[in-house]
Amino acid sequence: MNPVGTKPHATNVALLTNAPHATRWKRWVRAMAPATIVLVLCFASYAWDGRQTTAVLRAAITFASPLILCALTGLVCERSGVVNIGIEGQLLAGAFVSFFVSAKYGVFWGTLAGIATGVVLGLGLSVAAVKFKVDQIIAGTVVTILCFGLTSFLYKQGRVIKGRMPTIKIPGLSKIPLIGDLLFSNQVITYLAFVSVFVVHFALFSTRWGLRTRAVGEHPSSADTAGINVNRLRLLNVAAAGGLAGLGGAFLSLQNASTFSRGMSANLGFLALALMITGRWRPFLTAAAALFFGFCKGMAAQLQFKQVVNIPPQFVNALPYVLTLVALTVFSAKVRAPAAAGVPYEHEG
Amino acid sequence: METLEPSRAFPSANAQESETLLLEARHLTKRFPGVIANSDVSLQLHRGEILALLGENGAGKSTLVKMLFGLYTPDEGDILVDGVALGTKGTQFAIAQGIGMVHQHFQLVPVMTVAENVVLGAEMVKGGRLRIREAEAAVAELSQRYGLDVDPTALVEDLSVGSQQRVEILKALYRKAKILILDEPTAVLTPQETNELLNTMRSLASQGTGIIFITHKLREVLAVADRVQVLRGGRVVGEARPSEPATTQASLAEMMVGRPVLLAIDKGPAHEGIEVLRVSGLSVDDDRGQRIVDSVDLSVREGEIVGVAGVEGNGKREFVEALCGMRAYQSGSISIGGVELAHHASPKDVADMGVSHIPENREKHGFVGSFSVADNLVLNRFDEEPYAHLGLRQFDEVRKNAHELVDRFDVRTPSIETSVGSLSGGNKQKVIVARELSQNAKLIVASQPTRGVDVGSIEFIHRQLVSARDAGAAVLLVSAELDEILSLSDRIAVMSKGRIVAILDGEGADPNQIGQLMAGG
Repeated sequence: MNPVGTKPHATNVALLTNAPHATRWKRWVRAMAPATIVLVLCFASYAWDGRQTTAVLRAAITFASPLILCALTGLVCERSGVVNIGIEGQLLAGAFVSFFVSAKYGVFWGTLAGIATGVVLGLGLSVAAVKFKVDQIIAGTVVTILCFGLTSFLYKQGRVIKGRMPTIKIPGLSKIPLIGDLLFSNQVITYLAFVSVFVVHFALFSTRWGLRTRAVGEHPSSADTAGINVNRLRLLNVAAAGGLAGLGGAFLSLQNASTFSRGMSANLGFLALALMITGRWRPFLTAAAALFFGFCKGMAAQLQFKQVVNIPPQFVNALPYVLTLVALTVFSAKVRAPAAAGVPYEHEG
Repeated sequence: METLEPSRAFPSANAQESETLLLEARHLTKRFPGVIANSDVSLQLHRGEILALLGENGAGKSTLVKMLFGLYTPDEGDILVDGVALGTKGTQFAIAQGIGMVHQHFQLVPVMTVAENVVLGAEMVKGGRLRIREAEAAVAELSQRYGLDVDPTALVEDLSVGSQQRVEILKALYRKAKILILDEPTAVLTPQETNELLNTMRSLASQGTGIIFITHKLREVLAVADRVQVLRGGRVVGEARPSEPATTQASLAEMMVGRPVLLAIDKGPAHEGIEVLRVSGLSVDDDRGQRIVDSVDLSVREGEIVGVAGVEGNGKREFVEALCGMRAYQSGSISIGGVELAHHASPKDVADMGVSHIPENREKHGFVGSFSVADNLVLNRFDEEPYAHLGLRQFDEVRKNAHELVDRFDVRTPSIETSVGSLSGGNKQKVIVARELSQNAKLIVASQPTRGVDVGSIEFIHRQLVSARDAGAAVLLVSAELDEILSLSDRIAVMSKGRIVAILDGEGADPNQIGQLMAGG
C-alpha cells in the first residue's frame, strides 16, 4: 500500500480532519484489522478441518477472479464518469472469442483475443455513450443483448482448446500451508486478476492519469477548464477498462470451464457492478466484496455437499446473493458514487 | 517594483502604456443563434492594472471574458496576449499564454484536496507517480507569498465559499498567470470575504498581475479598479477612471443601465399597524447540533420593514429557516398573525399562514430550474383554485397569471414557457419575487433578496418591497449587505453570535455602529 496521494475521499471525510500522519496510521489499522481477523479465522478453521477449509477458500478465489476483473472494469468506467452496464456482454464475448481463438492458436493468443474483444466492445460503448451521447444505460444494454445474441448464434459445437492455461507455483511461497496452496499456486488469469487490483489502485490514486480520471468522473467542467480533454479521457478509459472484462471472459472459458457454453457469463457482469458499489468504487474494498461473495458461494457448495442442513438446494444456492444484497444495503448506506457517473459532458462554446 | 499606490501606478503616457501592455482585444464580435452577445468590443489591459467590466446581467461581460480565456472563439476580431494572437487555439493555449480565470461557478472537484485541485492538469510527476507532497508544499508557498490563506491538504468540499475562491486564484497563480480574470467574484462572498478579496486583488496587481474583474457592484469598482469599462447590450458604452472626481456611483449606474438610477430608495414614513410576527425566546441548533440562534425576541408589525443585519454564520440563516418551517427549533415560540407555529411545521404550513418567503439560496429553494416561468410562478399554489379545479390543472389561468406577473415585475424572458434555469440571475430572482409578492401575504420574509442581482433589478426589487410594506405587509428583511439594510429598514435588528444585540431605528442609523455591533463589539 502506498500512502502518497491515496487520500481517503467520498465517505471518509471525517477522518481527514485529523493530522495527515494520524490519518494514514488509522487507515492502515482499519485496512489491516479485518484482513488479520479473516486470516486468523481461516487458519483456525484449517486446523479444525483442513480439506474443507481449503475447498471453500479455493472456491472463493475461483469465483472472485472474474468478478474482480469485471468490477474493476465498472470501477474505472464510473470513476471516469461513464456507467457501463455492458460488462456482462464484454465478459460473454470475451469468453466466446478467447475460446474459439485458443481452439485454433492456443491459450496465449486466446487470452489476448479475449482482452482485445473487451477493448473493442468498450470502444464501441464509449463512442456511442461519450461521443454520440447515447443514453449510457441503453448503450450498455445494447452491448449486452448484442453479445448474448451473437455468441449464441455463432456458437459451433465440437471445438476443443489447444493447451491449458498454465499453473504457476511461486517458488518458496507456495510451500506455506494453506496460503501457499491458495494464493501462490494458481493459474495465470487468477494472478492477473489480483495484480489488477493493486495496479488499478495505484494508478487511480498515485498517478497523473488517476487524478485526471477522478476529476473527470467527479466534476468534468473543472477538468475541462484545467485543460484536460474530458471526452477523450473517458473514451480511452472505457475502452481500456473493457480489456479487464475481456480477460474475465478468458478466465471463464479457458481457465475455469475449458469450454464455451451459451450464456456462460451467467450475469456475473451485473453482479460485479453490485460488488463495485459495495466496495465503494475502491479497488481493494471491491476485491474484498468479490472475495466475500466467492466465500459465500464456496460455503453454499459445501453445505449442499455435506448436507449439513436439510433444506432445498435452491435456498442454499440463493444464499450468496442474499448475503451480497444484505452487504450492499448495509455498506452502501452512506456511499456516494462519482458525481458525474452517467452524465455526458458537453464542452462549452 | 512600483512603490506608488497600485491604483495610481500607471500614468497615461502612451510610450509607457505600450510597454506595459499585457492583453489587447480588438473589435471582438460574438453571435449566438438569435443574439449578438458582443459587438465590436475592444479593450486593453496593462501590467499591474485592475480593469473592471461593469454591466447589467446579459450585457455581454461573461461572453467577453470567455472569449479572452479561449472558451469561446470570437466571430470577428483578435485577441493578443503580449503580442501573441490567441486565435482559435482554445483554453489550453490561453492558459499557456498566462491567462487565468476564476469562474463564477467554481471549477473545483469537491472530493479532492486543495493541492490536488490546484495541480490538476499541470501535475508534478516523477517516475509515473504524482508528487502530491511537493504540490502541497508549492501551494503552501504560493498561499504564503500572496497572502491567500488555505490549507493545501483540506478537502475542497469542507471549505467556505471564500476559501474555495482562494483555491481558484491559487490555481491560476500556480499556472503562472500574468492576467487574472475574475467573473463576478464577489457575488457569493460575505462583506468580510469581499474585503479580503479586494485586498488580495490589490496586492496581486502591485506584484504586476493584470486583473480583469466582472461585477455590477459599484462600490467595489470605485474601491479597487484603476479603470472601468461599461458594457450594455453587448457594446462598450463608456469608460471611466475611478480616480477622476466625475466618476461616482450614480454616473456609473447611469452608464450601465442607460437611465438615471435611484441608488437609495425613496420611501415615506412607515405606518405600523398590529403585530404580525412575534418571536420569543427562539433557540435553534445548526446541522452539527450547536446552538446557533440563542433566545431571540423579535416582532414585526404591519406596514414596517425590519432589517436583520449580521455576519454570515451568526445565525441569520438558521433563524429564517426556523421561521419558514425549513428547520425545527429547539425552544421558544413563533407566532404569526396571532397563531402559534407548531414545532414541526412544514414550509407549506407556514406559507398557508400567509407568509411569503424569498429564500437566500434561490437555486436550491427558490425555483425548479427545468420548469417554465409560468409553472414556477404558481409553484406554491398550483393545486389551488383557480390554478387547479377538481384535481386538474387549469393552464389558461396559469398562463394568464404568468403574463400578468411577467409584465408587472418586468421579468425579461423570451416567453413564459422558457425554463427558469436558462434565465439570468436577476431574472430568476424576479420570478421568485413576483411569485412571493403577488400573494398579498401578511408577512414577507426576504432573505438576501438582491444577492447576485444587477443594479437595475436591485432598484426594482427594493421598490417592490417598499410598496408591499406600504400596502400593509410586515416585511422581515435579512441581508448581508449593510447598504440594503440601511436603505430599506424602518427598524434594524443586529444579530451577533446568535443573539439580537441591538434594535435600532432605521432612520439615521450609523453604519459604523452597526458594523461594530455585528462584529460583536
